[in-house]
Amino acid sequence: MADKEIALMAHLMRRAGFGATFGELEARAANGYEATVDELLDPEGQPELERDLMMRYQPQWVSQAGLEGQQEEWTYRMINTKRPLEEKIALFWHQIFVTGHAKCEYPKQQTIEFDMFRRDGLGKFDNLLQGLAKDPAMVFYLDNCMSHKDAINENWGRELLELFSMGVGMDGQINYTEDDVKECARAFTGWTVTNSIPRYPYGKYEAKFIYDSGDHDFGEKTFLGETGNWNGEDIINIVAKQPGTARFISRHLYNFFVADEPQVPAWQDTAPGDPEMIKSLEDEYFRTGYDIRSMLRVLFNSDAFKNARFTKVKSPTETVVGTMRLVGDFSIPKPGMNAMALNIRYMGQDLMNPPTVEGWHTGREWIDSGTLVERINFTADAVGNTGHPGIQAIIRRLGSQGPTITPEQLVDGCLDMLGAYELADVTRNEMLSLARSEGEIRTGTKEFEDRVGQMLQSIVATTEYLFA
Amino acid sequence: MTSTKKDPVLVVLQLSGGNDGLNTIIPYTNPLYNDNRPAVRVPDDQVLQINDTIGFNPAMAPMKRLYDEGKLAIIQGIGYPSPSRSHFRSMDIWHTCEPEKVGDEGWLGRTISELDPTKENVLTGVNFGRGLPRAMAAPGVPVASVGNLESYGVLTGIEIEEQRAKALDVFSRVYSPMIGQGPVLDYFAHTGLDALKGADILSTAPESYSSTIEYGADSVAQYMRNIAQVHLANLGTRVMYTTAPYNSFDTHAGELANHTKLWSETSNAVADFYDDLKEHNASDNVVLLVFTEFGRRVHDNGSGTDHGAAGVAFVIGDAVKGGLYGEYPSLEANKLNEGDLAFNNDFRGLYATLLEKWMGLDSKPIINGSFEQMAYL
Repeated sequence: MADKEIALMAHLMRRAGFGATFGELEARAANGYEATVDELLDPEGQPELERDLMMRYQPQWVSQAGLEGQQEEWTYRMINTKRPLEEKIALFWHQIFVTGHAKCEYPKQQTIEFDMFRRDGLGKFDNLLQGLAKDPAMVFYLDNCMSHKDAINENWGRELLELFSMGVGMDGQINYTEDDVKECARAFTGWTVTNSIPRYPYGKYEAKFIYDSGDHDFGEKTFLGETGNWNGEDIINIVAKQPGTARFISRHLYNFFVADEPQVPAWQDTAPGDPEMIKSLEDEYFRTGYDIRSMLRVLFNSDAFKNARFTKVKSPTETVVGTMRLVGDFSIPKPGMNAMALNIRYMGQDLMNPPTVEGWHTGREWIDSGTLVERINFTADAVGNTGHPGIQAIIRRLGSQGPTITPEQLVDGCLDMLGAYELADVTRNEMLSLARSEGEIRTGTKEFEDRVGQMLQSIVATTEYLFA
Repeated sequence: MTSTKKDPVLVVLQLSGGNDGLNTIIPYTNPLYNDNRPAVRVPDDQVLQINDTIGFNPAMAPMKRLYDEGKLAIIQGIGYPSPSRSHFRSMDIWHTCEPEKVGDEGWLGRTISELDPTKENVLTGVNFGRGLPRAMAAPGVPVASVGNLESYGVLTGIEIEEQRAKALDVFSRVYSPMIGQGPVLDYFAHTGLDALKGADILSTAPESYSSTIEYGADSVAQYMRNIAQVHLANLGTRVMYTTAPYNSFDTHAGELANHTKLWSETSNAVADFYDDLKEHNASDNVVLLVFTEFGRRVHDNGSGTDHGAAGVAFVIGDAVKGGLYGEYPSLEANKLNEGDLAFNNDFRGLYATLLEKWMGLDSKPIINGSFEQMAYL
């Protein structure tokens, strides 16, 4: 059994990042839990990925890449970043602040949006919303460019309230009325984007946000009980200070980082699974002026978080990226990125192209008979490839325990190497039978390598391994 | 419809990317066709004539043969109001029957749920290809998604057979005890065991299959062959789905050469599939739908065609009353919808016909409303 500190570090790295090898876990555990939390929350303290290297191998990532090119680039970044929480928070916001390739004039516009999530995603929530309201991908996706002072389009105004800040309600009460939606939409009239330049002959250009005061409704508006000549910025300031917003963002952070909650549409009438934890996040939200980083510091250092191991179903992105980090593949942007990254889609999460503006349903809904087979086969193929440097490291480590090891050492060693996983007794006993079934386990042989690979394959196929 | 005790089966072939309807069923005598297609035009003397106004693309001889045999219905002018020219959005609309808001339940997912509400057969719906198309997805509906039938299954990457058998044995023995261990684990256990069971059953299909038909090597042909294999294995599968390679029909450039190749492969695959079933006396309870998310711009762009609106669909089978349905959309400039053909046949009417007259289901809850049925069945 891995010691408690390693197990806890494995948990933190799965949640705040995309998992880590056993070597990295040991180094981080030696450094301390809180120090690691601080490091994760300060991504700028770590080096950026080498853009030159990415551009040399995959020039299409920086030019006019379509959906799959953008997916490849992001997958590569998640696998190799030294700033795991920077990518994780970008994924968090992408799963909430949904834009979709299906309605995006210029694919790179979404990557530009994700750069904003990376830059501002751990900062003040009101600042992030201000950026989102001016983000060309979002303005176009939710039709705010079609909202005019004499003919409003409510799409952005509604989703800002329903999906991006406070949700329809909490504690059984509604958070806003239909009139609030209309007034909100009025306040954002004139918030539009530059016309996209025709695609031919030079290809597409990124759109820019512009404020067209001639198309803005300057009339008086009453929004959530406050009356004034509100413009979009004022609306966001009012939204940010609502208790409903503190609750909604706290629940999202909990659902993404701590434990699976019911699907979002049920939140109005379903109390949080851990009301105390949510309360402490709400308090921190107001205490720090809506600071996401401070909320996450409270979250990661809480007992509720530390006790929440294996209470979340891994998303397809976490599965694919975590597996690649574990086995040490695609540590350079080599050919084959496309085939690898597409597995995230096959498992049910087509990044940058979510099924609806509500994003993906998470938790158990990631799994169906099609996606489960994709998930198990992809993961088992990767960990069963004993040529991968990460698997070689596992074999060396387990082999270093002596000329022979016991079935218990093989099973528990593999579980540790995968990130201090734990199995139900009945599952562990099956793994022990498997370990015993081929006789004495002699290390340092080719047969040993195969037996380690085989054990890893059987473990990653369990229901236990579906969780993080 | 032939009288038969066999359960009706629906097969769907999706042509991804937006097939150019104008160069599929070609209005070869219409001067506006020539005017609008200075570069991307099929010469009128090559068209496989249906009548004195329209005919098949010359690459479609095998489907023309099915048409001549009265087994193929051509659904003209198919589409929906306020057409989207986005591949994803338009395909979503075809998949979910939700042109106004974004929906996440597929019409065939709902169909499978109606056909097998108690989930007795894990193979009632089978998709061929990687990743489940939204058309087949609905909450709680198990659908097998098969990338490669010959090697489909759980833990297929384990090459040594003895080792794999052992791993699968472990798999079933660690999933079974999770049944009853709370709602989430229970669901995962059933899902895993269903997948295992489905894979076991499906793997028998190619073994029992033999045929004189030699399908092409392209992926559409291979998947149509897989569909025939599963149908002939009598596994109780009622809905099968496959798609042409992602966006392959998106002929913005070099259309004439690409489109010829695409239809040559697709048309052969469709006819081989039909002949294969016929050879095994198994064609009478199968209907095949071939559709695409939109047609293409009436005027060409010098090398290909851009995204358009109304298109053409095909329904094929022994039960189908072959012929022309709907009207060929007008090419008159004042009848176009922003340069694209206007639809006169709602795709939901096409679905309603298949669901009601073929599958024997109430179509309203599946396609979100009542739509006029067509006479091809």
